[in-house]
Amino acid sequence: MTRAARAALFWVSAAAIAAGLLWSGLALPRIGTADHPYGSRAVAASLARRTANAVSSVNFDQRALDTLGEESILFAAVLGSVVLLRQVRGERRTHARAGYVLPATRLLGLGLAPVTAVTGVYVVAHGALTPGGGFQGGVVLATGLHVAYVALDYRALRRVRPLAVLEVAEALAAGAFAALGLLGFTAAAGSYLRNVLPLGTFNDLVSAGLVPAFNTAVGVEVASGISVVLSQFLFQAVEMEETDGA
Amino acid sequence: MTLLWYAATAWIFLSGVRGLTRSRNLVQAVGCLAVAQSSTYVLLLGIGYRSGATAPVFGDMAPGSRPVVDPVVQALALTDVVVGATVTALLLALVIQIRKRHGTVDPDELTGLCG
Repeated sequence: MTRAARAALFWVSAAAIAAGLLWSGLALPRIGTADHPYGSRAVAASLARRTANAVSSVNFDQRALDTLGEESILFAAVLGSVVLLRQVRGERRTHARAGYVLPATRLLGLGLAPVTAVTGVYVVAHGALTPGGGFQGGVVLATGLHVAYVALDYRALRRVRPLAVLEVAEALAAGAFAALGLLGFTAAAGSYLRNVLPLGTFNDLVSAGLVPAFNTAVGVEVASGISVVLSQFLFQAVEMEETDGA
Repeated sequence: MTLLWYAATAWIFLSGVRGLTRSRNLVQAVGCLAVAQSSTYVLLLGIGYRSGATAPVFGDMAPGSRPVVDPVVQALALTDVVVGATVTALLLALVIQIRKRHGTVDPDELTGLCG
């Protein structure tokens, strides 16, 4: 198909889709309405289970099964990226050269790395109380590790990054989420992923039953999973070199 | 207001799709897919919005003192972000493999089948 024909086909289809979306938008509920049956019930259930952050309650308690699927997608995507980004024929590894970094950048990085790490742990640990949780905190933790790459260079990152540990930690954390769900069967009339731990005091660091445990498992998985994926991309970008006759 | 919101969602989605059809570079196409997907965040947050409401977090606010927005769609948006990021990483890994195998990232030049 020529590019002009493709553009014409797009505009015709886009007009039809836009008309359909706007037409259905007329029938959808108004934005900002006070009537949210699911939201009101989810907030009530979250308060009944002494979870201050209702979003965490939905993610890790009321709809924990969805989150199990979500973290499985994350695990599968990390695995897929590692499989795809391997060394192929016609490539060889080179040694990464030391890069020049301004002393001010180096100093800023050294100061920021511990702050980022503490922020990441805080966001994961307080997932049941304040905005955040395992997914968000895990990304912050992985960012803290990669400050070494941004503020120093690739060789510094390789020294501080325990890649073998991270690979094992990712698999263990993904498994831990599924295994913690089995605790749900210990309760009377139990079910998979049921929140069976004592709920504790509302708005305490250790409250909301299993929610902090799930948050920690997801935090470890996201932090190590993102570090593993980034390690593969950086490996391709920095260490890999095409040889002749590829 | 309501229709404007849904129109903005449709506009973001179709902008991403338009980029996908016009793209001459697979890395750019992955970016366009991310734009099309981000329309779902706007849609979800709009559906869950309640006028004058705050975040559904009671860490520093007494329950019932203020109306809160719908936490269910916020949880869905979180899932959306996570899945979007992982899929983007996987697609970029595929683009790197395509570049290695075929020596190009222009989708129009990827015509032959290689066994």
